[in-house]
Amino acid sequence: MKQLDRKIFSAIGYVSLILLAVLCIFPFILVVSSSLTEETKIVTDGYQFIPTAFSTEAYSILFKYPQEMINAYLVTIGVTATGTLLGLFLTSMTAYALSRKDFKWRNKFSFFFFFTTLFSGGLVPWYLLIVNYLDMKDTPMALIVPMVLNVFYIIVMKSFMSSIPEAIVESAKIDGAGDFRIYVRLILPLSKPALATIGLFLALAYWNDWYNALLFISNENLMPLQYYLYKMLGNMDGMRKAMMGAGAVVTTAIPTESLKMAMTVVATGPILLAYPFVQRYFVQGLTIGAVKG
Amino acid sequence: MKGHTFWSDLKNYKVLLLMLLPAVAFFLLFAYIPMAGIVIAFKKYDYAGGIFGSAWNGLDNFRFFFESGDAWRVTRNTALYNIAFIAVNNILQIFAAIMLFEVGGKWFRKLTQSALFLPYFISWVVVGAIAYNLLNYDIGTVNAMLRGLGLEPVDIYNTPAYWPYILVLVAAWKSLGYGTVMYLAAITGIDTEMYEAAEIDGANIFQRIMKVTIPNLMPTVIILVLLAVGNIFRGDFGMFYNMIGNNGLLFSATDVIDTFVFRSLITSNDIGMSAAAGVFQSVLGFATIMTVNYAVRKYDKDRALF
Repeated sequence: MKQLDRKIFSAIGYVSLILLAVLCIFPFILVVSSSLTEETKIVTDGYQFIPTAFSTEAYSILFKYPQEMINAYLVTIGVTATGTLLGLFLTSMTAYALSRKDFKWRNKFSFFFFFTTLFSGGLVPWYLLIVNYLDMKDTPMALIVPMVLNVFYIIVMKSFMSSIPEAIVESAKIDGAGDFRIYVRLILPLSKPALATIGLFLALAYWNDWYNALLFISNENLMPLQYYLYKMLGNMDGMRKAMMGAGAVVTTAIPTESLKMAMTVVATGPILLAYPFVQRYFVQGLTIGAVKG
Repeated sequence: MKGHTFWSDLKNYKVLLLMLLPAVAFFLLFAYIPMAGIVIAFKKYDYAGGIFGSAWNGLDNFRFFFESGDAWRVTRNTALYNIAFIAVNNILQIFAAIMLFEVGGKWFRKLTQSALFLPYFISWVVVGAIAYNLLNYDIGTVNAMLRGLGLEPVDIYNTPAYWPYILVLVAAWKSLGYGTVMYLAAITGIDTEMYEAAEIDGANIFQRIMKVTIPNLMPTVIILVLLAVGNIFRGDFGMFYNMIGNNGLLFSATDVIDTFVFRSLITSNDIGMSAAAGVFQSVLGFATIMTVNYAVRKYDKDRALF
């Protein structure tokens, strides 16, 4: 009887988990396969999970005029690298000061940071500040600065650092080390797991960011990858509609549909490649968060 | 005497305070000064006057916002979508976490978890592209399948009624892995002795899940749900904007406060009303979080936010 229960349960478990996993991966396969399908096939039969007519035309067109794409890549790489490093430095330094139990004002400062997650002035004053007062529109600063610090990352980092034994700080102090030196020489090396997790969260946020570009970037040379993709998806649609509106037969000269998917693949590629290697750090980060509450 | 300790503290903490300075300056500039900028909501904004120099116009901006009928629509949409997301996401995540915990070996668990977590890593822009891929009238996969079965294709991007279901599905899809990992961690933390005791009492696996796993998971569920309820008036701009964009045909079913505020600011350049809608959202959100935090405190003091 017990055996049967177990078997029924396992069957339900396997089937539903495999189903969910397939649903999570399917769309990615659809995108890759569409990018490799002949345009005429897509137009007549729709996007397909398995290319019925294989073609690499979309990629060859994409790589024939790669300047814009390369430029967007460079912007994203530059913003991601700068933002992640700067963010890690500021987050860990702030978290360190807040984690020092002998620092009497740490709760007051913690609340100062925390309150910003409870209440905000909304989009408009923030936007006007950045555009009209700080003059960051169409500068790389607009892509880096707004996301460089995040209260939740500070809290996670702080709770990690709080678990480092106080005796380490005490003995370093007795040896005459200053606070900054303790942070750089002792705390940072001991915080590597938290730094890896927060660094990856920051890097992912920067890599996937299109929102700041949507608000602040109109200069094409400063468009990051995701925003470039967003623009292209919209533009080609517009182009196609305009062509149809003018009474023209949809030409296959530009394979717009497969090209869109090829662009999506190229823009997402690095994340999918890095995914198997970095996934465990994200799991680690979430698990720390869940246990600490 | 008090002043004396303050100055000596200041001297003691000199380096720590300097280390906090960049973050303090950051939040002062990007969070607290914009809070003062709320005054725009009570002004007729002009570019020459800026935030603090423009003329006051009392509650006119709020009056426009509420009288346009948009206020009710976007607030209702934001709250209803979030309630649906909270319910569907949590049920799916808990289900997947329990199944992952109970079924399969190490490799199966690892592979499945990787698959479920994948959507979390891609941008909403890419999700928007994928959705277009599936739902488009002419060449979308869904309609290709319908045509293949000899059925009439559906014009999804022109039919608001489909969108609540689509958006709930997309939100569940994107967050499934994240939540599953969190709940899996909580289940792994349950004392194994309880399972052994259940085993000895002759409980089958269904009884064990109902009597041991779920009751032990409940505190985590309640806290996560309450925290999510605290953010019920914050719409996920990235999702709504990339799924719907500026497709006005769908707004009746899909417009949330965040997309409305964005459009009023960027597209129609109605700064006063946009700011008023933003303030309305902030105040509503703040009241909700305070209420929820009060509830969490009652339930479990240690898990309260503050």
